[in-house]
Amino acid sequence: MGSEFVALSLPPILIGCLAAVACALPGNFLLLRRQALIGDAISHVVLPGIVVAFLLTGMVSTWPMMLGAAGAALVAVALIQIVQRVGRIEPGAAMGVVFTTMFAGGVLLLEQSDTSNVHLDVQHALYGNLESLIWLDATGWHSLLDPEALAWLPPELTRMAVVAALVALFIAALWRPLAISTFDEGFARTIGIPVTLLGLALVVVSAMAAVAAFDAVGSIIVIAMFICPPAAARLMTDRLATQVWISAGLALVSAVLGYVLAGYGPLWLGADDAVSAAGMIATVSGLILGGAALFGPKRRGQSG
Amino acid sequence: MTQAAAMMSPLPSEQASAAVPLPLKVRGMTVSYGATPAVFSADMDIAPGAMTAIIGPNGAGKSTLLKATLGIIPRLSGQVEVFGQPLDRVRARIAYVPQRASVDWDFPTRALDVVEMGLYRQLGLLGRLTRQHRSLARDCLDRVGMADFAGRQIGQLSGGQQQRVFLARALAQGADLYMLDEPFAGVDAATEKAIIDVLKSLKDEGRTILAVHHDLSTVPDYFDNVFIINRSPVAAGPVATAFTETALQSAYGGRLATGLLDQLFPSAGPAPMPQPFPTLDA
Repeated sequence: MGSEFVALSLPPILIGCLAAVACALPGNFLLLRRQALIGDAISHVVLPGIVVAFLLTGMVSTWPMMLGAAGAALVAVALIQIVQRVGRIEPGAAMGVVFTTMFAGGVLLLEQSDTSNVHLDVQHALYGNLESLIWLDATGWHSLLDPEALAWLPPELTRMAVVAALVALFIAALWRPLAISTFDEGFARTIGIPVTLLGLALVVVSAMAAVAAFDAVGSIIVIAMFICPPAAARLMTDRLATQVWISAGLALVSAVLGYVLAGYGPLWLGADDAVSAAGMIATVSGLILGGAALFGPKRRGQSG
Repeated sequence: MTQAAAMMSPLPSEQASAAVPLPLKVRGMTVSYGATPAVFSADMDIAPGAMTAIIGPNGAGKSTLLKATLGIIPRLSGQVEVFGQPLDRVRARIAYVPQRASVDWDFPTRALDVVEMGLYRQLGLLGRLTRQHRSLARDCLDRVGMADFAGRQIGQLSGGQQQRVFLARALAQGADLYMLDEPFAGVDAATEKAIIDVLKSLKDEGRTILAVHHDLSTVPDYFDNVFIINRSPVAAGPVATAFTETALQSAYGGRLATGLLDQLFPSAGPAPMPQPFPTLDA
């Protein structure tokens, strides 16, 4: 049991947890800035970036794909601004236009390019391949202390851990200016906070989290984790720091519970196959948000 | 070194007064949102240790002038000097109170947290908030009569209370120049009194106050100077000389109620004849 768990379940659970937290943390600020859809937008627009990076380098490797995705995210941010200014339409609509167009472009590129020999397709883009991120060298819990086995951990795990750490560091280090400029942008400018730069940095960090998570677990989790845990946490507290901690906790709960339910839930119900872990994690986070909306102590209009 | 030299050499009074720069000096400020400028070629000098009101009709560019001066919105042209220096060098000496409606009061934060935002320049990026900082923030809340609401989520405060929290945040900044955008808009009478008392005590401490203001009837009571604008400056100076019927007519055109003008300038214009006995043969 132990060896099977460590080899087959522990890596995907850890990756799911790290991806969920990495997206939920910046999601708090995006939500309060009424930019929650940016997470959605990013996870879609990175597709053409990743495909272009693949076409240029001919391989599915991390850093070119990360660069391609980051480039696509920046192009999208610029396009959203342009559509907003030139078309004089509201930000949400501009975002909607840009990210669906870029995602569609990515799908076309993907179809036209020869990616049949690598694991890169539309389904992968949506659901990721969480269940396949296994650690075959593990023979039990003691493998966690065995350098030889550790060397063969799924690379997604290391990458996701690095990205999650960077996201957490960004938010911790810039906590104060982030909070002030999110609440009161005009005031933030007058006390010398580089508001525009900071907003851009937040988008770039979110993009980084989205891209890393997208590669490991697919865009469904990314979209859900940017919005659901922060939105649910907001309904449970009236303090920003508490909200961010709760959102991280809810992200972890969604990831673990979602993975377990996807793997064992259908069996408990008598079905034969497991369901998509990514889909179940997103569903659980949605249910948590629903619960918070119904029973959260800080619902709008709720006093005390 | 130059400072020491200047202090040692006795200066003629004229040069000495020139050596003390104005709290705020704006030259040739033009701001545009679209094709037509919202503020056109405005010069503004703000006198030290006084309260100045920026007044003008709706859409006259009052807030725009304030925001462009502070670099919150971009300007097409114009120079700004604060205490004789570029804005970026003296940000610590400026406190800005935005319009209340400009932020989302549903933000997950308490009144005291908002006041502590005023300590940002003191604390820096990673400085720890000490007990002294916290008690300073509480003192500021106390000064605007909001000590009992420190732990209240800001969305649960009334409009007037929210405005007072904003003022407390400005107090926490410990600035020399206070710039307020419509501090009395939509507040209750008690709040208006609390705010004006605080502003007057700031003035008594020698600080400079500049406020966008819309209630003409309180201008003479509250302010020392006025800056009247309708896209371009119309008149500026002490209330006694610049706040005239002519200047207001020129800025507001026909949008002023005559009753208000009569109330503000009882001597000007034909005073209504007292008619103790209604006559029938009119």
